[in-house]
Amino acid sequence: MTSATGTGEDRAQARGTARLTGRSRTLRSGTRRGRVPRSARRGRPRLYTSYDADSALLNTPAKRWWTLAVVLLALVAPFLLSRDLTHLLSVAAVMAIAGIGLNLLTGYAGQISLGHPFFMALGAYTGAVVAGAPGSIVLGWELDLSLALVLAAVVPGAIGLLVAPLATRVRGLYLAVLTLGLLMLGEQVFKQWAALTGGSGVGRAGALPVLFGNDLTRTYAVGPLLLPPHVSLYLVCVVLLAGLGVAARNLARSRSGRAFAAVRDRDIAAEIMGVNLLRTKTLAFALSSAYAGVAGCLYAVLIGRVAPEQWNILMAINLLAIVVIGGVATISGTLLGAAFVVLLPRLLEWLAPWLPFVSTGSGGLITIFQLQSILFGTLIVLFLILEPRGLFGLWHRVRTYFTTWPFSY
Amino acid sequence: MMAAFLTAVLAGIGDGAVYALIAVSFVLIYRATGVLNFAQPGLLILGTWVTSVLVVDRGLPFWVAVVLAVVAVAVVSMGVERVAIRPMIGRPVFSTALVTVGLFIVLLVLAFRLFAARARTIGDPWQLERWCLVEGEVTCAVSLYQHHAGKVAVTAVVLTVLGLWLGRSRIGLAMRATSLDQEAAMAQGINVGRMFSLSWALGGGLAALGGVLLAADGSVVQANDALFALVALPALILGGIDSFRGAVVGGIVMGLVSGVARVYQPVHAPWLGPNFENVAPYLVMILVLLVRPYGLFGTKEVQRV
Repeated sequence: MTSATGTGEDRAQARGTARLTGRSRTLRSGTRRGRVPRSARRGRPRLYTSYDADSALLNTPAKRWWTLAVVLLALVAPFLLSRDLTHLLSVAAVMAIAGIGLNLLTGYAGQISLGHPFFMALGAYTGAVVAGAPGSIVLGWELDLSLALVLAAVVPGAIGLLVAPLATRVRGLYLAVLTLGLLMLGEQVFKQWAALTGGSGVGRAGALPVLFGNDLTRTYAVGPLLLPPHVSLYLVCVVLLAGLGVAARNLARSRSGRAFAAVRDRDIAAEIMGVNLLRTKTLAFALSSAYAGVAGCLYAVLIGRVAPEQWNILMAINLLAIVVIGGVATISGTLLGAAFVVLLPRLLEWLAPWLPFVSTGSGGLITIFQLQSILFGTLIVLFLILEPRGLFGLWHRVRTYFTTWPFSY
Repeated sequence: MMAAFLTAVLAGIGDGAVYALIAVSFVLIYRATGVLNFAQPGLLILGTWVTSVLVVDRGLPFWVAVVLAVVAVAVVSMGVERVAIRPMIGRPVFSTALVTVGLFIVLLVLAFRLFAARARTIGDPWQLERWCLVEGEVTCAVSLYQHHAGKVAVTAVVLTVLGLWLGRSRIGLAMRATSLDQEAAMAQGINVGRMFSLSWALGGGLAALGGVLLAADGSVVQANDALFALVALPALILGGIDSFRGAVVGGIVMGLVSGVARVYQPVHAPWLGPNFENVAPYLVMILVLLVRPYGLFGTKEVQRV
């Protein structure tokens, strides 16, 4: 919108203060805060006066401070925590990337997918071939991890593009079973294609962590800080997660993201409004596959060795749990969900001595692993029934309590 | 050549009958409550476990044990519906399907706990007896395992009785009314909640029966075998998610596909790898969905603006 001449606009606004809403079209939508006279702002310092301010990425001071705090904490964490906890946090970051991908597809665009691990596997094997060490049977070109990560996004994304036309034809539960079929067929292929995967039950190592020529298996000193391998890997994961997370949030509030939501809420209505169904669903599919690919590549690097059997339905359920427990159609919720799902086993291990019915060996009432799975399933059920918005919803309630205080209900 | 094919087909139909039974159990629940119940494998393995305990540990006759197991699982299934599915009425299909995924995990872990990572047997009436249909020169050319015939017979009887009951009885009429339109059914004085419970009970019972039949070929069962129920999913989708006829046809077709693949794939296409017969149904399903997105008999959703 072109801005009106200064004085004329000011006068118009001065007259329009009494009826701000009726005059809002005179506000500049281009600037971050439209020019609203001080008198109209009195008592409402955080009044949104432009569409841009309303839909900004971090639209309240609280969000800005929280984000800053979380980023700082995430950067400091590996230097304070033990090695295995750092490793666990890296896994959580990677699962969060995969979860964000699935959330784009399932949460935002409403396409139920049980086949996400298939695309993670594609990413893992692409990365392993491009940047992995060659073995007696497995391929490996030993290129740089940066290239591997890019290709690990491109290849699954491309396969996602290929699958998407099929996936756009079927809907809802048909799609869920179709993607389950994709997962099963993929597992069969991966088991057979030993040059790629090392074969059934054997597996292969992931990509070598050589980023931009720096071998991450060595310890580096940056100023006074020492960066042992696990810390540098963690930092790579967290930086990627931050970048991809912000990208996903930006996408969600863009034209495409709104198209996703429209398709999710009622695809026929969306089509009538001019949303191109095929294009939207294909984009969602390809993007989520690319996210899964990056996550898969990093996962293989972190875990060290992956067998074709690992990308199974249980992993699909884990990813769904991340999305559901974290919060459907929220990015920050997905981060919470991933942290929760990955850290839950460790938490239970800590709590086990205080839980008399848990045994560490066989026998006893229930093992830790079983307790963890049961808790998992129960949490999915409970969250869906009681708080469909997940952990993010719980946080939202707390937030609303404080923002509306003292008028909280 | 022909004889081997016939044997494969007979075996395929035998397994297909069980898939059909399990697929029908999915359809029963789907028709009544609009939920694709991913927890069905859990109910199936529970039925097998109860049968095994009753027959092997308690020494009951096989068929008595089966009936008791079916009833027990039906009760469990009803409880599951009451606790987890009833609060989800009116919520998106996706959420409800996910609830059943959660239940699937819980039931699967329960099964692992019950089996304690050991394999069990269920006493079974057929063992590995077989009839020889066509004598060959040295050995039997075309043979039919008794358990395959038994599976087909049990499935046929159960599905016929179920079909008649749904078609003729008052309660069957009420169930069909509920699946057509819940509010209209409610207005006619049908207790819709009870119908939900009933269809879940029937669905659970059928799944349990399917599990017992799957295991009734003299082999051993372990908790992981629950995942066999997932083979019924492509059968279900092939036939169309809301069609009884489709479920039966889909089940038989998938049984045939996997039976024929089991015999011919290792010889003619060994590069597809071992256990290909387990994923062949999914391949067929994907190919069919390419042509018919609602399966063979599924209701095509009318798009109205």
